[in-house]
This record gives sequence, C-alpha cells and structure tokens, in this order.
Amino acid sequence: MKKSLALAKWVKSNFLKNPRQTFLSIILICFISFFLEKLLFWLFLDSVWLGDAAACRASSGACLSFIREKFDFIIFGLYPRDLLWRPTIAMILFISLLFYSRKTERWNGLLGFMWLFTIPACVLSMYGAPTDKWGGLPLTLILSSVGIFFSYPLGILLALGRRSNLPLIRVFCICYIELIRGVPLISVLFMASILFPLFLPEGVIIPKLLRAQVAIILFAAAYMAEVVRGGLAAIPKGQFEAASSLGLNYFQTMRYVILPQALKLVIAPTVNTAIGMFKDTSLVAIIALFDLSLTTKTALKDPKWLGFSVEAYLFASLIYFIFCYSMGRYSLGLEKKFSEKIA
Amino acid sequence: MQNFWNHPRYRQYFYQIIFFVSILAIVSYLYQNVTQNLQRQNIASGFGFLGQESGFFIAESMIEFWSEDSYLKAIYVGILNTLKVSVVGNIMALFLGVFLAMGFRSQNFIIKKISSFYINLFRNIPLLLQLFFWYGLFTEVLPDIQEALNPLPGVFISQRGFFIPIFESHFIWKYVIISFFISCILTYKFNRIWFLLLSPLVWLMGGAPLSVSIPTLEGFNFSGGLSLTPEFTALMTGLVLYTAAFIAEIVRAGIDSVEKGQWEAAESLGLNKNQTMKLVIFPQALRVILPPVTSQFLNLTKNSSLAVGIGYSDFVSIMNTVMNQTGQAIESVMIIMMVYLIFSLLTSFIINFYNYRLEKREGR
Repeated sequence: MKKSLALAKWVKSNFLKNPRQTFLSIILICFISFFLEKLLFWLFLDSVWLGDAAACRASSGACLSFIREKFDFIIFGLYPRDLLWRPTIAMILFISLLFYSRKTERWNGLLGFMWLFTIPACVLSMYGAPTDKWGGLPLTLILSSVGIFFSYPLGILLALGRRSNLPLIRVFCICYIELIRGVPLISVLFMASILFPLFLPEGVIIPKLLRAQVAIILFAAAYMAEVVRGGLAAIPKGQFEAASSLGLNYFQTMRYVILPQALKLVIAPTVNTAIGMFKDTSLVAIIALFDLSLTTKTALKDPKWLGFSVEAYLFASLIYFIFCYSMGRYSLGLEKKFSEKIA
Repeated sequence: MQNFWNHPRYRQYFYQIIFFVSILAIVSYLYQNVTQNLQRQNIASGFGFLGQESGFFIAESMIEFWSEDSYLKAIYVGILNTLKVSVVGNIMALFLGVFLAMGFRSQNFIIKKISSFYINLFRNIPLLLQLFFWYGLFTEVLPDIQEALNPLPGVFISQRGFFIPIFESHFIWKYVIISFFISCILTYKFNRIWFLLLSPLVWLMGGAPLSVSIPTLEGFNFSGGLSLTPEFTALMTGLVLYTAAFIAEIVRAGIDSVEKGQWEAAESLGLNKNQTMKLVIFPQALRVILPPVTSQFLNLTKNSSLAVGIGYSDFVSIMNTVMNQTGQAIESVMIIMMVYLIFSLLTSFIINFYNYRLEKREGR
C-alpha cells in the first residue's frame, strides 16, 4: 500500500506536475512507443537471423545473418582462420585483467606486476601471425592498452618538465605539449605512416603497426601530461617546502611526496583520457590498419552482402559503447570514492 | 667553500646542456637520415611544388577550382571547406548542446532521461564510426535520385544528396548576412532590440529580391536550389551530434556549479525561472563553461579532419591527395600542422579576449 502510494507520488511529481508537463509527457510517451515499436519490428520480429543476403533484402527488418556471417572478420580482421585461438586468448587475458583490477583495494605492487606481464603476454600471443594480419577488436585493445601503458609515464615526465625550473626543459615540454594538442591525431598518424620511414637509416624497416603505436603514444602523452599537470597544480606549496625541509632532493620529493598525491587526485580524468584514447584508436583505420572500425567497413565491401551498413556499424558501435560506457561509469564511481576520501 | 659540482646553479646549467646536446644529437641524426633518404628517392625538398599544376578534381568547393590550378589553390579550397564545416558545425553543436543541457534540467522525467540517454550514447562511440554510419545511411538507405523523397515542397532527399530551395543569388544577400551579424553585436552591446531591423533594411535597399530557386529533377540530377552532398551532410551530422553531447555535459556541469543560494536569492527577488536562468545563473555559469567549450570547438575543428575517412574534400583529405601525388610528405605534414596550429591559436586568442572582457566587466 505504502509502496504504491510512493510510486503514485513519484509519477505525479515527475510526469504530471502541471497541465503542461502532463501534456508533454503524453506526447513523448506516444512518440517513444512509436519508435520502440518500429525498433522492435526491425530488430526482432522482421529481422533475418539465418537466411542469406537475398532473404535479407526481401525482409524489411535488420539483417542479423550478415553479422553472423561476418562476425569472425569484424572481430578478428585478416588474422589466419586456423589461429584464431591466439587473439581470443589475448582478449580473454586482457579483459579478465581489466575486470580483476576494477577494485581499488586490489591496487598494489602485485597488480602492477600483473599488468607488466599480462600486456606483453597478450602481444606475444598475437605473434602467431605477422603484424599486418592483426586486426579487429584485439588490435583496438592492444593499440589502446599499450598506448596508455607507455603514454602515462611519458605524460608524467612531460608534466614534471613543464613545471620544472630548468628553462630549457620547460620550454621544450611546453612546445611539445601545445604542438601535439594543437594538431589533429590524423596528422600525427600520417607522420607515422609516411614520414617515419624517412627518418630511419637505410635498411631499417619498422612495421606500420608499431609506427602507429608510437604515434598514438606520443599523441596521448601530451594529453596525459595536461591531466597530470592539473594534479600537480592542486598540490599546496607547503608540501614542496615540507619535503625540502626534510632534506629530500628533487627526485625524492616527486617520488615520495608530490606524485602519489597528485596522481591520486586526477584518477578520474586520467580514465576519461584513456576512454578518449580508446575511441581515438579507430583513426588508424585511415592509415589502413585493420582495427575494429576498418574491419567493419571492409566487411561491407563483400559483393555478396552489399548494403547492410546500418546493421554492421550498429554492431561495431555496440562493442565500442560497451567498453566506453562501462569505463565511464567506473570513472564516475572512482571520482565519487576519492572525493569522499579527501573530503 | 662550495664544491663546483654541488652548486645548484651550475648543476642546473649542466643538466640543461646535457638535455640540449642530446636533443641536438637526435635531431641532427634524423636530419642526416632524411636528407640521405630523400636523395636516394630523388625527392627535392622545399615548397616549390606548391606552384605546380595540381591536375586533380575537387568534388566540393566554395570557389571555382579547375585541375589546371596550382596545389596552393587546392590547399586554399581545402582550408575553406574545413572552415565551412567547423564554423557551421560549431554553431549548430553549441545550440544543440545548450538545448540538451536544458533538457537535462527539465522538470519532466522523460525529457531528462532522453537527454541523458543521448549524451551517453553519442559520447561513447568513436566519431569515425559515427561518420561511417551516417555516410552509409545517407548513401545506401536513402532512395535513388529518380525516386527522391519529397518531405516538404521543394526539398528532395536522395542518395546523391539533399536538395533544398534557396534564394536566387543576388549581390545584396552578402550584405544582408554581414549586416545581420553586425546588428546582433549591436543589439547585444546596447541592449536595444531594434538594431535587428538593420538587415531587413539592407535587404529592402537592395531592391528586396525574393525570387527563389527550387531544385528540379532534370535527367539524372537536380538543378537549381542548394545541394548538400552526402559527404558534407554525413560529416556535419556526425560532428554536430558528437560534439553537442560533450557541450551538453559541460553546460550542465557549469549550471550545476552555480550555488543553490543564487537560485533562492533570485526567487526571493521575484524573478521567474527564465529570468533567473538568463540574468543570474547563466552569466555566472558562463565563466566555468567557456574554457572547456572552447576546447570542444577546437576539437570539432580538429575532428573535421576525419572527413578524409568518408571522402569530403576538407583540408586534410586534399593534403593527403597532394602528398600521394607529389611525394612531398615532410612539407605536406608540416603544412597540415601549421594550419591547425594557426586555427587553434586564433580560436584561443579570440576566446581569451572574450574571457578577459568578461572578467573586466565583472571587476567593474
């Protein structure tokens, strides 16, 4: 009885506050149910799950058999079909590690070591095929996780350099950060795919994947640096003075006093930058690396299955969305937790 | 007596010299490699190639461009296209973003949920994928040009693009648009609404042209009217919807950052909700909102370079063609970076100037 009363109250205050709101609610509910009905018919009732392309074209619903047919290609790209267990293992390893490290209580030296070993293990398990065959979701995961793994320390160094009292180093770091933040990632990737070989001595060839990875690291480091700088700026001056009165040198001050506090302050924005990087790895598609977005685009080029781009892109979007949204929710949770701790 | 090595100042010099020398060594090593490689591949360095005949065709251009024109002019066309996308896109994204943020604060539960659903959905999907999606939608799902949809009289939607009626070109329209912007500034500055009459006045003085060009199907394409290519429409849709989600989040957080007491104070002064928002809350929120929104504007401008993925002739995709044709990769990438840096610096300069004015006015 009490519950239903509370529900009635909630409905009244949220939907039926005054005549205008009531009117609006009714109109909106009509609209939403209209769209949901369309979606229901498109995605489930009229959709084709098992038929071929002709059956898909005959039906008015979504062509889910396209996804079923191309699933392997979209997820794994050009990776040899008989070796698919390798990228599968890499993905399972990586995702279970991510899942394991979600709890802040588990953040200790052991977990750091686990990361230090798991990421190379993932990369190594992919090495069953040459790097130009890597593709799909494992490639996206590797590019972003290795990118974060290296850009974070590099970003910390850049942020420290930007606040350093050595003018030469400071100017260099400012120029680097502002230059990279001012240009689009595409131009840095072009640099990696076209310019980078020119910078190498004759005979030395670095695979394109590695070049793109270096570009992503260098690009993300500038953004990480700005995040870390925000944390460093929030540390009161007294901390520096206290450290120097204890006789700590610059390295010790940073390592034991400043950075542990500063990095903790900016955990949430760091995760947000990482999410941004995860999304940005899709840009390697433009320099023809087969990440998840390019495998999806390429799957659509099959002459037998032309014209199902809506289904394909929605499927790829769903994968990206699941990763980004869950990380975003996680970062919100962290933010709340740490702000409670500090307050 | 202090040891030479333990003197902090000398030590600082020492570190910096080491840093400088190592950077110099790396740069000179790379430079040496580059010159050797270029020599081997017989590529002449320098910007001389910009004057050569480009020999390619640009699908979409705001000025006339022929394949006999130089690379420099092609780059200019690209910059204009990028500017077009970013100016129109930023304005639309700002409006949509503010609108969504208002929706997020609505009393109505459904509107609130729709806004937050929108923000979460569009923020969490990579922009490139969204662009692919819109491009696929516009070129595959829409009907053939012969059976173009005609939702409103004069408006046609087909695989080949969107066709909408537009006023016949007349020299006065340029001045009407310019005077409209001037009148907006004057209205804002002097707070007198009748300044808005300026642009209709200019229009009347120009002879009040009213003839409208309506797109009509002739053979295999539409003639007349304004045609928006699917590439442009897809790029615009993707950029605006994506950036609006970020702007909405920023505006929402900015409005939330204004203390609750301000609302109560405004209410006790007898202001209604709209007045409170316009006169009390928004001016204060603006200070929090402006810097991150600026960086979103810059992001949209930088993200417009993803046009290369769907084939809209923006600056980067034209530079990509130039690079492939001439092989002048170093110069081309340098031009790309320089142009974007200038965009960024100009935008931050304008916004900083505005911010400075805002602070000065508050300090009064």
